[in-house]
Amino acid sequence: MNRKLLAAPYLVWVAGFIIIPLLFILGKALTTADGGFTLQNIAAIASPIHRKALLLSLQLALLCTVICVLLAYPLALIVRSSKLNQQSIVMFILILPMWMNFILRILALQMLLSNNGILNMILSRFSIAPLEIINTPAAIVFGMVYDFLPYMILPVMNSILSIDNNLIAAARDLGANGFHVFWKVIFPLSLPGVASGITMVFVPAMTAFVISDILGGGKIQLLGNVIEQEFSVSMDWNLGSGLSVALMLFILATSLLLGRGQNQSDRGRLLW
Amino acid sequence: MEQTTMTSDSILELKHIHKTFDDKTIIDDLSFQIQKNEFITLLGPSGCGKTTTLRIIGGFEKPDSGQVLFHGTDITNYPPEKRELNTVFQSYSLFPHMNVEDNIAFGLRLKKKSKAYIRDRISYALRLVNLEGFEKRRPVSLSGGQQQRIAIARAVVNEPKILLLDEPLGALDLKLRQEMQHELIRLKNELGITFIYVTHDQEEALTMSDRIIVMNQGIIQQVGNPVDIYNEPQNAFVADFIGESNIIDGIMVRDRLVTIGGVAFPCVDEGFSPNQLVDVVIRPEDVELVEPENGLTTGIVRDIVFKGVHYEIQVDSQIGISFLVQTTQAFSVGTSVGIRVIPDNIHIMNKPISSDEQIIDKDA
Ligand SMILES: Nc1ncnc2c1ncn2[C@@H]1O[C@H](COP(=O)(O)OP(=O)(O)O)[C@@H](O)[C@H]1O
Ligand SMILES: [Mg+2]
Repeated sequence: MNRKLLAAPYLVWVAGFIIIPLLFILGKALTTADGGFTLQNIAAIASPIHRKALLLSLQLALLCTVICVLLAYPLALIVRSSKLNQQSIVMFILILPMWMNFILRILALQMLLSNNGILNMILSRFSIAPLEIINTPAAIVFGMVYDFLPYMILPVMNSILSIDNNLIAAARDLGANGFHVFWKVIFPLSLPGVASGITMVFVPAMTAFVISDILGGGKIQLLGNVIEQEFSVSMDWNLGSGLSVALMLFILATSLLLGRGQNQSDRGRLLW
Repeated sequence: MEQTTMTSDSILELKHIHKTFDDKTIIDDLSFQIQKNEFITLLGPSGCGKTTTLRIIGGFEKPDSGQVLFHGTDITNYPPEKRELNTVFQSYSLFPHMNVEDNIAFGLRLKKKSKAYIRDRISYALRLVNLEGFEKRRPVSLSGGQQQRIAIARAVVNEPKILLLDEPLGALDLKLRQEMQHELIRLKNELGITFIYVTHDQEEALTMSDRIIVMNQGIIQQVGNPVDIYNEPQNAFVADFIGESNIIDGIMVRDRLVTIGGVAFPCVDEGFSPNQLVDVVIRPEDVELVEPENGLTTGIVRDIVFKGVHYEIQVDSQIGISFLVQTTQAFSVGTSVGIRVIPDNIHIMNKPISSDEQIIDKDA
């Protein structure tokens, strides 16, 4: 009885902020403006303009995820081989940007990357031609990586740092050299962490619209931007909801694919 | 590379090994030889440097100075994968992402053995450790004892010349531990290889070993076969660590005579300086309780406990020392008894030289 009472606030929260909005979106997605049932709003994802936006979102999100893996993985290996007392400092420094407001971080990045920005000022000092990076897909990917990297680093680092040194000693004992130790022990044991990190970076990257808005100069349309404009500019909530549902289904399918290899019991631990 | 003068069947030799961690000496001038096919045990209290010694032999730790010789070849700087020995780790350390079969095949696959050979060796190894049919199981689904056996199987399939075992039975319960002790001995005889075994359990060491190296604080205290170690401990530490003992302050008046609390006890030891302070070691089973008038000294029975085969009795003696006595005869508390020890059963030992060689309680 008491336990049920304790759970009540969470149930209210889950119902009020997750279930009901989801049902609302689903309802909007499956109806026309005058309330009739339709699948048109969801099917609209297949229209050329939306397909193009989805494809671009997918490309940038994948690129961002790959870059995050390539940055986080070697870092975790380096931290693992360093002394224990330095590990927490490295973690702390990496997490530090997360303490700053996300919009502020992106605005700062905009100033840094803009044509008359700090980056180009520094480049001109060395007589290097300015980089026109702002308002390009590259700037958006840069922003995504900058923003989402900690979500890759945490699970990857956690899985790599938690590999027991005795397992590595055991592998060496059985004849493994450094190369074997990596491929046969460290790499497979790090995969659940990498899978976690990929989910945690890929999903927000796929749905991003603020980053692309600010760093893309409003010219580059990711699916997130399209959906956002349906809600705020065109005021077509039905179409916006339909595209959202389509995107959610797409992400769900991707995560299921990824999650198949991942051990159920590992998940909670990997998220800390 | 250095050739050494040793007996032809010496397989491993440690010479003057010294190891420090954070400026703290852990292993101090450690030297010993191991013969082929020996079951040798490193015995000592927790923290005395047994694992470190084993890790130096396995190649996981470099000594600050000294040499490790394998068949006379200096292998001190060889990495672990280049050494013809395998280790069963204290924590088993099975690969959690592989099933039993892949764990056992790990070393053989690295050596590029044929599929058929590997399959043969896996079933041989599983038969050896009595776990046939466990090929596809995951390590997490195994009990501690089963994981232990798989760890052994994983090591022995590689046909090492020496098997290193670091407290392999430490995490098992008493019954399983005794069972595994016998299995390990059987295994060693079947494989015909050298075992270097680490334990802090003196009973285990006495049961299993051909030879025991007793260590304390990184220093060898005594090397010998179980009977010698038990019967002729070379110092009070060994006496105390190997079984229970009465360790009493005494004065060696002259050859073959020691006084304890002013009472003279004839003994068989010689060669101490006159009136030298010594440790007198008497095993509980060597203390005889007799009629008061027949004892060298007398005492009162303070406590008696039945231990299955014998009684364990505390006797408060007149000379101010409490003796631990094991006998099959029962005495009621408060009885006056005489205390006698035949000269052969009194062991005289030099006092430890420095304070850091003090006795460590073996149960600590
Ligand atoms: N890598 C290490 N760094 C610092 N101290 C260590 C290390 N390994 C072992 N020690 C210390 O060396 C001593 C002996 O350890 P160990 O060889 O594991 O003892 P045992 O196996 O006999 O219990 C202990 O005091 C331990 O704290
Ligand atoms: Mg140890």
